[in-house]
Amino acid sequence: MPIAGLQEKSMAKRVERQKVLEQFPLERIHNFEEVSHGFDKERMLLEASRCLLCKNPKCVQGCPVNIDIPGFIAQLKEDNPDKAYEVITATNALPGICGRVCPQEEQCEKVCIMGKLGAPVAIGALERYSADHSKAGKKIASVSQAGNGKRVAIVGSGPAGLACAGDLIKYGIEVVVYEALHELGGVLVYGIPEFRLPKSLVAAEINILKESGVKFLANYVIGKTLTIPDLLEQFDAVFIGSGAGLPSFMGIPGENLKGVYAANEYLTRVNLMKAYKKGSATPINAAKKVAVMGAGNVAMDAARTALRLGAEKVSIIYRRSRAEMPAREEEIEHAIEEGIALNELTGTKAILGKDKVEGIRCVKNTLGEPDASGRRRPVELAGTEFDIEVDTVIMAIGNSPNPLLAKATPGLLTNKWGGLIVDDNTETTVSNVFAGGDAVTGAATVILAMGAGKKSAKAILERLNVLR
Amino acid sequence: MNEILKKTVKAEGVIEYVIYNPAVAAKALPGQFIILIVAEGGERVPFTITDYDREQGTITLLIQTVGETTYLLSQMKEGDSLYAFVGPLGNATDLNEYNKLCLVAGGIGAAVIFPQAKLLKSLGKSVDIILGARDKELLMYVDEFKAIADNVYIMTDNGSAGEQGFVTNKLQALIDKGITYDVVFAVGPMIMMKVVSDLTRAYAIKTLVSMNTIMIDGTGMCGGCRVTVGGKRLYACVDGPEFDGHEVDYNEALNRLTLFKEQEQDAYCRLTGEKHGKKS
Repeated sequence: MPIAGLQEKSMAKRVERQKVLEQFPLERIHNFEEVSHGFDKERMLLEASRCLLCKNPKCVQGCPVNIDIPGFIAQLKEDNPDKAYEVITATNALPGICGRVCPQEEQCEKVCIMGKLGAPVAIGALERYSADHSKAGKKIASVSQAGNGKRVAIVGSGPAGLACAGDLIKYGIEVVVYEALHELGGVLVYGIPEFRLPKSLVAAEINILKESGVKFLANYVIGKTLTIPDLLEQFDAVFIGSGAGLPSFMGIPGENLKGVYAANEYLTRVNLMKAYKKGSATPINAAKKVAVMGAGNVAMDAARTALRLGAEKVSIIYRRSRAEMPAREEEIEHAIEEGIALNELTGTKAILGKDKVEGIRCVKNTLGEPDASGRRRPVELAGTEFDIEVDTVIMAIGNSPNPLLAKATPGLLTNKWGGLIVDDNTETTVSNVFAGGDAVTGAATVILAMGAGKKSAKAILERLNVLR
Repeated sequence: MNEILKKTVKAEGVIEYVIYNPAVAAKALPGQFIILIVAEGGERVPFTITDYDREQGTITLLIQTVGETTYLLSQMKEGDSLYAFVGPLGNATDLNEYNKLCLVAGGIGAAVIFPQAKLLKSLGKSVDIILGARDKELLMYVDEFKAIADNVYIMTDNGSAGEQGFVTNKLQALIDKGITYDVVFAVGPMIMMKVVSDLTRAYAIKTLVSMNTIMIDGTGMCGGCRVTVGGKRLYACVDGPEFDGHEVDYNEALNRLTLFKEQEQDAYCRLTGEKHGKKS
């Protein structure tokens, strides 16, 4: 009789990493439906079978919120997505979202032992399967009622705020989330496009928080409609997860011509305000030739959105090389499949045009010595200037934390990049006011914001003597 | 919430709305604005606060029907509620440091200077008002201004009320008479704010203007409302809406205002059945 563990290991070697089902590139560039359909049951079972269920799992340490990854995959091996979902939601309130937008290749999958044997387990796709296929009554499990009678206000309904709310509600705390926009979800609804993260799914996961008792108030701009001191009068603690709203520009001539958008504006018009739908009240100008500045996830989102809105040619303009592009590999590959041109090692000197954008003036770069970020610095090659004809330019070179709240709150201090200053316990310079996510770090990822929201939730629970 | 308590037609195409939202009313100050969405799926459009009543929990808006959203709004009845209403946004205009002020309004710019004039008079300041409009029908709050200001000067393009001419003609005349203002606060169409600023620059009279730019979120996120002021990129929503009139790059701002002109006109024509070119 073979030893069970050994048999599993030898099987694991034979099964290859499964690929998710996707819409074909030539088809999907004409619609806003989700690109990836995830695993079907057969592929899920094959992929789950690849997991070795390590005793000392590296993947859990690689996860910013430490999901019990072998725990949920063990349930999937038994074709039990309900139980798998339960295991995940013990630590992560938003599995459908994380399964889709987390950079797993940098986190859990990067350290997966199977990676050394060929390819890591597709943990993200399995997480997504659990969320999409669980039919269990979706509600966050209560841990204790020790927080009864305590109240916490959360500023911003993006990933940091939602994760924080999800952890606080488990302890019976009364949680009220304030959102400045008219829809809940923050960057999940205004930033990330429908074809990567369906808004119905965001609404469904937020609904689970509502069902679990979290209250949401849209159309409240904290710092304006209510101030932090107002909140401290009504609540025992406040968590700020207001994100990195303020868009950066390059500081080159022509940035205020018609046809130049911050990626935030472009994506907000399309995602939040639904400009992609026929008859939408919010306008967007039809672009034929588009240049997107930057090569992060937001740049890929903007480029692929422009393509779906009917642009004939979309080019990513990036000053470093392909290797330094900050976007997820999957996003870059998707963009290439869809026909987006990657202009690497290309600097931009000016946006050309009289009233409207008519083109951009570029220059060839080479890579020099590494800079402070550790990436090799782009160096212009003299005499290599050239023009590209475009009618639309989208700036996707980053965002800094939204200054509104800090400006409106006495004593709430920021660092020189505009990030809120917090101590090791995530508390800001105002007592009982905690902060996390992009509002502290500047633009990062959904899962890092969620991890920060959870860290603050723990600190708040300790401050309120709910956890010791 | 967001119920239209009162709707008053002030002139053809100009309507005053009193809207119930105690949270916004509790914090509103002169110079700030709100963003509203008429019905689900609609645009977010900013409007300056004309008046507020903290006790009644109301915000008053004076709105000219010019495009899709303002048209849909004009079709709402008293008792109807707006889908979304958020504010107060932007910075309050604080003119307390000045003692002799001239407030200049073009058209429904009167909506912006009205709460300001009220506040300034309550502080005992000397306030002159210049109101300008195409026609006397489009002059707003004339009686209310007369009740609070030291002098109210009226200018119409066609001479149907007050003197014929532009607000700048009157301002020039007052300056020529030797009146020295500490500050001029001009609100109206962007081109009017530009010509007022050009005039006062020659006399080095401090001039403030309120920029009505394209905007989506109103909280510093979209970057659509960026204006160049003194060579710097500023955002009307979080840095303004009031700026030093002598520092604003009006040509750039005027150009940016026309970004969606075609779509706006299409939408308006679709709704009203009007042909292109009848309205601008």
